[in-house]
Amino acid sequence: MLKFILRRIGASALVLLGASLLMFFLTINSGDPLKDLRESNDPNREQLMAERSERLRLDDSPWERYWDWLSGVGGCFTGNCDLGVTINGIDVLGLTQQAASSTLRLITLSTLLAIVVGVALGILTAIRQYSGFDYTVTFGAFLFFSLPVFWAATLLKEFAAIQYNNWIAVGQYAPWTIVLVAALAGFLLQAVLGGSTRRRLATAAGVFAFVAVMLFVFNALDWWRNPMFGIGGVLLVSAAAGVLVTALTAGLRNRRVLYAALTTAVVGVIAYWFTAPLLVDEPTWLLLIGLFVVAVVVSVAIGAAWGGYARKQAMLVTGITGVITSFVVVADILIAHWSDFLGLKSRPISTIGSQTPNFDGEFWERVLDMGTQILLPTILPTLVSVATHSRYTRSSMLETLNQDYVRTARSKGLSEREVIVKHAFRNALIPITTIVAFDFAALIGGAIITEEVFGWTGMGALFQDGLNAVDPAPVMAFFLVTGIAAVLMNLLADIAYAALDPRIRR
Amino acid sequence: MNDIRNSNPGGEDYEPQVSVAGTDAVGLAAGGSAAPLPGEDKSYSQGQLVARRFFRHRGALTAMIVLGIVIVVAFTSIGVGPIPGWWPKDYTLQYDKIGDGAPTWAYPFGQDTGGKDYFALVMRGTQFSIIIAFAVGIISTVVGTVIGALAGFYRGWLEAVLMRMTDVFIVIPLLAVAAVLGRMAGESGIWGLAFVLGLVTWTSLARLVRGEVLSLRERDFVLAAQAVGTSAWRIITRHVLPNAIGVVIVSATLSISTAILLETSLSFLGFGVQAPDTSLGTLINEYQSAFSTRPWLFWWPGLMILTIALCVNFIGDGLRDAFDPRQNRTKD
Repeated sequence: MLKFILRRIGASALVLLGASLLMFFLTINSGDPLKDLRESNDPNREQLMAERSERLRLDDSPWERYWDWLSGVGGCFTGNCDLGVTINGIDVLGLTQQAASSTLRLITLSTLLAIVVGVALGILTAIRQYSGFDYTVTFGAFLFFSLPVFWAATLLKEFAAIQYNNWIAVGQYAPWTIVLVAALAGFLLQAVLGGSTRRRLATAAGVFAFVAVMLFVFNALDWWRNPMFGIGGVLLVSAAAGVLVTALTAGLRNRRVLYAALTTAVVGVIAYWFTAPLLVDEPTWLLLIGLFVVAVVVSVAIGAAWGGYARKQAMLVTGITGVITSFVVVADILIAHWSDFLGLKSRPISTIGSQTPNFDGEFWERVLDMGTQILLPTILPTLVSVATHSRYTRSSMLETLNQDYVRTARSKGLSEREVIVKHAFRNALIPITTIVAFDFAALIGGAIITEEVFGWTGMGALFQDGLNAVDPAPVMAFFLVTGIAAVLMNLLADIAYAALDPRIRR
Repeated sequence: MNDIRNSNPGGEDYEPQVSVAGTDAVGLAAGGSAAPLPGEDKSYSQGQLVARRFFRHRGALTAMIVLGIVIVVAFTSIGVGPIPGWWPKDYTLQYDKIGDGAPTWAYPFGQDTGGKDYFALVMRGTQFSIIIAFAVGIISTVVGTVIGALAGFYRGWLEAVLMRMTDVFIVIPLLAVAAVLGRMAGESGIWGLAFVLGLVTWTSLARLVRGEVLSLRERDFVLAAQAVGTSAWRIITRHVLPNAIGVVIVSATLSISTAILLETSLSFLGFGVQAPDTSLGTLINEYQSAFSTRPWLFWWPGLMILTIALCVNFIGDGLRDAFDPRQNRTKD
């Protein structure tokens, strides 16, 4: 296994080297770096040109320049990185660190969301193949594949941000909007859940009534401006998550696992109750991460204690439940801070930049500010990736659902859940892993456009400015970050393969 | 790792391939022409089966008709090069503005800030975008097929070199390498741009074709051809590639939709089509700030891109279903 990974790393390093050579030569030959000076009427033009030639080493041979860059990068292994300077003499390393952190934040969030939503949609559409739901999701996926991101981004700015900001100033739904939303929710859920006509009608009516009543209650409470969740809500959602995770992995008949999951949710809420004073006022990131680690360890321990014969499964389920509970707790705190946040920033969703300039709030308000800034640039890449993931998951699931071993599993009387989760989905995961890894690299490339449209100063801006000035150092820094990210993701995918399919461990 | 994605364990048992390779490739074009003799059971060639399955796919058929209309309108309305079209207005002339230039009967897409007819401008952008997309599709298909077929058939060092080369192109984000090349080729007009974009979008097809060829070259009909001393070139062109035609056609279709999005994105960023040429991406870039005041300047080019890419994707899906008999859509 180790040998396999090492071999992959070696091959990837060679590929990266070749790609960097290609990229470097293409960049320095893509234009004339002195063009703007040649056209200027500055009296000290000659001197400026000589200065720039000196800085970019235009008089040296390309090979020497490449070697210089490469040895600078090689220095990263010994602790003194040197990614060169930009055309204006700014150190690229500092720029890259800043840019990479903001871009990777964007990409990681998109990727995680897209994996969860896309894979779930893919499985559902494969199970309900050729249903109305399947056709709707298929059409939606094709639509998002075909969407010019830069165009859709402008639409999103207008309809998701500006209109929402206008609306939140009042924060009330009109009655006909409520009816429409409730009807849509009812229609969607009956399409997903399926069944006989009568059952579908009952589902639709139930969902319609529930959503409509909830929205009217929210209106009455002025909930959208003063949202509340409360400890009861946290308990409800975490317990529901525990039940769902159990149902998907171990099955509800396995009472030990079910009770373990529910215990985790309850313990999580009690822990929230006790740590609330610490959390709500002015926590630090370190404290949050520490508490999260403690939460996961405690959850897994609960699983181990309850598990008995199903110990391994119980530990998995309680671990996942613990993670979900932690997120629900954070969501609860954030929601509770929303009205304060609105007081500080009356138009919450921004269309430009990665943080509000001169924003002055406490810890949770700052987190909310970051969240509302990252919201729009995340949505579009996520939707495009969801489209990709859902299509690949669907076709991969359909492939495995047609296999003999699935038929065997059904014929020996396994429940549909076991057939789908254990037999079909696990085998379908192998091609899905490939796509996720590839997509991550594509997302970083796509970030060039997202960042341009939403005014983020990330890797995309670094690349674009560099290329416009025929300045190799920032362009190569962009390549380095994206290339290494792509290689790392592929490596993760390889390791995941080896875990999923023992035949690959050569 | 790609071996897993591309190879198809057990798939060989299912595919009802015609073992006389070479006859089925042309069948698609000839589909439907050979009427069955009276009194005989109806039987179809592989190509006819594919055509039948494709035309039964309603989404793909609709998409094909819509795309046809878009192409015909884009090329006939303002004409191509010296040939004039049926649309009376010219995209270079500035006309008197009616009101603030909102769409009217005389100017169905409205007028831009200077009074130019926006329908003619959008049609010109559509023409250029379509030309680039199809040229990129053809170039990348040819390059990808050749590289994939050579790597898959000859194996050995050639495969190692070609596939590492593919990896090198894959590791650079597509948009980044396309932007650098597009900037270099921008001055040489749309054909130069189409050429360089074609040179960077072949990678996925090369991998797919290689995977397909790897499994085909072990088939009996290839062994038989080798046994009678057929040359390698002839085996590749007459026996192997015709059997991989499904993968190639589907991938070519999808590369057209990739190309149209790539080209418009590059033009939007300013690395693609340069003035005086125009494309749908340049139009959006030019008028994106007009969204709140003159929304029609923003909507039309975007909707054109969306329509073309959507149609191409649906056609690709229809072709994939048609070439893959295991995924029977209709229950017959």
